[in-house]
Amino acid sequence: MNWKTFLALLARDAHVARRNFIPLLLQTFLQPMMFVFIFGRVMVRSGYMPNAYKSLLLPGIMAISMIFTGVWAVAMPLIGEFQFTHEIEDRLLAPIENDWLAIEKVFFGAAQAVVAGLAVIPAAWLLLRPVELNLQSPLTFAGVTVLVAFLSACGGLALGCSISQTQIGLMFSMVLTPMIFFGCAYYPWSALANFPILQKVVLINPLVYASEGLRGTLVPQFPHLPVIAVLLALLVFDSLLLALGLRQFRRKAVT
Amino acid sequence: MLAGIRTHELRKVFTSPPPLAAGGGFGPRRKPKTDKNGSPGKGAPTREIVALNGLSLEVLPGEIFGLLGPNGAGKSTTVGILTTRVRPTNGQAWIGDYDVWAQQVEVKRLIGVVAQRPNLDFSLTAREILLFHGAYFGLDSRARAARASALLDRFKLTDRADQMVRGFSGGMMQRLSIARAMMHDPQVLFLDEPSAGLDPQTRLLLWEIIREYNQGGKTILLTTHNMEEADALCQRLAIIDHGQNIALGTPAELKASVPGGFLLRVRFSKHSTELIERLKTLGGVREVRLIEPEPGDDESSVDVYADRGGSLVSEIANLAAANGVELTDVHISEPSLENLFLHHTGRSLRD
Ligand SMILES: Nc1ncnc2c1ncn2[C@@H]1O[C@H](COP(=O)(O)OP(=O)(O)O)[C@@H](O)[C@H]1O
Ligand SMILES: [Mg+2]
Repeated sequence: MNWKTFLALLARDAHVARRNFIPLLLQTFLQPMMFVFIFGRVMVRSGYMPNAYKSLLLPGIMAISMIFTGVWAVAMPLIGEFQFTHEIEDRLLAPIENDWLAIEKVFFGAAQAVVAGLAVIPAAWLLLRPVELNLQSPLTFAGVTVLVAFLSACGGLALGCSISQTQIGLMFSMVLTPMIFFGCAYYPWSALANFPILQKVVLINPLVYASEGLRGTLVPQFPHLPVIAVLLALLVFDSLLLALGLRQFRRKAVT
Repeated sequence: MLAGIRTHELRKVFTSPPPLAAGGGFGPRRKPKTDKNGSPGKGAPTREIVALNGLSLEVLPGEIFGLLGPNGAGKSTTVGILTTRVRPTNGQAWIGDYDVWAQQVEVKRLIGVVAQRPNLDFSLTAREILLFHGAYFGLDSRARAARASALLDRFKLTDRADQMVRGFSGGMMQRLSIARAMMHDPQVLFLDEPSAGLDPQTRLLLWEIIREYNQGGKTILLTTHNMEEADALCQRLAIIDHGQNIALGTPAELKASVPGGFLLRVRFSKHSTELIERLKTLGGVREVRLIEPEPGDDESSVDVYADRGGSLVSEIANLAAANGVELTDVHISEPSLENLFLHHTGRSLRD
């Protein structure tokens, strides 16, 4: 491991992200904010949704934004750089083990996901005001946030190194969209009690733990999975996706 | 620290067809190679491509060494293995004292690589590409800036330095790739077909830069299918074909190893065994080879290796007439690496 190289790789990604700041911003916030506006404001104001829904929705939106941002930030560049332009080769020739390049991507994606997640809170709060946030343990909240960020970035690594350019559309429609709808972002896990099989099946969806974890730390007044179980599950998913992602990365990196 | 390059019995078998974007390898797709007892490869169950078949090389420190061979010979695969980008199926490779596969980071520190396909970082400007490359190798920011400017200047890219490389022409990308590979002043420089796509003037500039870089004691391995380039630039050459080393030496030694040196490729209106035999008796003729005829070709092609060229033509024509055969075509080439390649493989490098 070579710190100078690692930091230079991070600096390169930060430089590119800064150059693409505006599109990145729109891509991160437009969709969640529209969702917040329609469901949290229009539906609530017109009486179709109870007032409390606003507070329930916010952690879910935060989870979705983080997952989207992290997956996107890691997967999209990897898909392009490996396939088409081989842009990544110069960095694969940098004096550092190839794995560290993948890990650098994960760190960078996770950092972007944290920024996106933290920025969603004030933005959504402005649209939804008042929201009853009930942050009891900042440390646990930070732990969940970091684990969710790494979940998204490791997922991005695994996806980005497994699919080709032509499958990007499929990735969104077959992987990310179902994950989001069955990810307990728009409703608490307990709301699935009437669908006992579904309630069990969705537990394989890591987004469930992201939503429930953020719900349990930001708005614990709503029903949620035990935070300790969430932390453990996130840890397991992070490790699994990282291991899978690294394996796929190695396959792509060397012929 | 001076560093050479060594490979021992390198073998690489690809089990999947090359990705479309892989570049190079557009040559005739070969069937899976079979062993010497000659069973044809047609019925082989998996499609295997033997890209390297026991390649051993030694490049001395400070040498400009060329790998010459036709498309698909395995040049890029060799470079890929030597630069940690391709995993060898068998065999070993070393840069200096480091085993390439086992000590990748140490090796990567010693090498600079220009791949056959441009692989520039499209999210950056030309100057940023050099600056970040320098940063990956731990150069401090002042050294980076100075070296980047010097290289941009040397490669005549200064006026485009702060533009994104997306809009660069092929030649500009190629020059920038070479500048990037030199950015961290590597001991060993790999150039995979560096002058492909360059105009003649830029090619000369590149040769000059390569020689200059070599003056500083750097080892350079370049691949080419261009004989003039190999001849002009390389101190030693390996000629490879089908993943094997078929000849090794200085350009002069290699050229001298062709029987006679001159090659006359002649065509006759029909085949005559007697004519072939009598050709061998002509003065100065060293070797006569009958070329396998293409299906449906009634004419007969013969390669005559000899120590003289033009003066033989009339004698060959007379001999043919005496045997009732017409001489339909002659092509004479002077001693060259091309002749050497033909002599070893029966095929032209340009095919
Ligand atoms: N990534 C790959 N996958 C499968 N086959 C490959 C790959 N790269 C090269 N090959 C094959 O290996 C052989 C040698 O290719 P290469 O080393 O690129 O030759 P050269 O650089 O001398 O033109 C060719 O038959 C080519 O099709
Ligand atoms: Mg090649």
